[in-house]
Amino acid sequence: MQSTSGRDLAVGIFVLGGLLAVAYLSVQVGGLSYAGPGGLTLVARFDEIGGLSPRAPVAISGVKVGQVTAITLDDDLRAEVRLDLDASLELPIDTSASIRTSGLLGDQFITLEPGGELDLLADGDEIDFTYSALNLEKLIGTLVHETDIGGSE
Amino acid sequence: MTGAVARLGARSVDWVAGLGHMTRFAGSVVAAALRPPLRGRTLVREIYDVGVRSLALILGSGFVVGMVLGLQAYNTLARFGAEQSLGAVVGLSLIRELGPVLTGLLVTGRAGSATAAGIGAMVTTGQLDGLRMMSISPIHFVVYPKALALLIAMPLLSALFIVVGVFGGYVVVVELLGLDPGSYLSSLENAVDFRDDVLASVLKGVVFGLLAGLISTYRGYTSEPTAEGVSRSTTSTVVVASVCILISNYFITALWGV
Repeated sequence: MQSTSGRDLAVGIFVLGGLLAVAYLSVQVGGLSYAGPGGLTLVARFDEIGGLSPRAPVAISGVKVGQVTAITLDDDLRAEVRLDLDASLELPIDTSASIRTSGLLGDQFITLEPGGELDLLADGDEIDFTYSALNLEKLIGTLVHETDIGGSE
Repeated sequence: MTGAVARLGARSVDWVAGLGHMTRFAGSVVAAALRPPLRGRTLVREIYDVGVRSLALILGSGFVVGMVLGLQAYNTLARFGAEQSLGAVVGLSLIRELGPVLTGLLVTGRAGSATAAGIGAMVTTGQLDGLRMMSISPIHFVVYPKALALLIAMPLLSALFIVVGVFGGYVVVVELLGLDPGSYLSSLENAVDFRDDVLASVLKGVVFGLLAGLISTYRGYTSEPTAEGVSRSTTSTVVVASVCILISNYFITALWGV
């Protein structure tokens, strides 16, 4: 009997440990529920989002305050990005959003720069000032064209 | 000449008949699973045999695999100055492929072979016939708990393998190579998606568990009642189940990944 209950305990611990591992992968790593508070949804429109993808982090001064929840194309064929942010944030209405890259080849994320107005952005508002992703190829193309390295003109 | 053609034909017919026999066997195992009693005590003993006893193997392997992944990914990524993606590379490799597949192969070798040998030994000593004589279905009494135990244990072992592997990668990347612990974990958490990665990983564990469970019990159940027959069915369990796991892995990835 002693050995049987010991085995039950071992199996119980094994099943519990396995389920905990699945739960850890789902919630913590898989982001089943975003660990932060969330609740403030803002919209930002960009001409070019580069490689930005859903679940990309949103940061203020480098501190993560939320994430991208959806990217769609609006009626004017611009990229409409939905951000889910910490509800306790007080962002002025002239806050700007820009798409940055971490490192040279790293993932893209959105960084917000709060402005100086007294009025605050409310849930569902749009961020009017946006700066698109830096497209390296486009930049080089422009540079070649402007400085006439191509030598065609 | 005609003899060769006839042999080829006979072999093909045998193979197809074997496939049909195995499908019917799988059907009767599923039917047994749906029929009470649950056989909880036997099930616990079987989960102990295939799950708890495989723990040391799985945890040890997972840790070392995570460590080597961290080292390999570092060597490649450092050339591009992309060390901050190390967590994503290690985590995604483990969750999407290495965790479920290596666990499937290891558990097949460790527990699948034991299952086939165990049932084969019962066939050899006439124990299954003894059960039939007492009008107890050997499928319900012996086969179904063993198959279900593998089905339950496989995804759990795979998840443990992954978590330990991520930790092994962390040890190498952060402790030995001295990279930033925050960037390892945050790149991992940003890269992994619940549905595409974690759910697919659990699904793979379940399918591999089902394959290992059905193939090992089938091979044991149909093994010839001799010592040689049992050893042959044990070997073919490991070979066939491993190949099936690798093939089905491709299809799950292709169908789920989109």
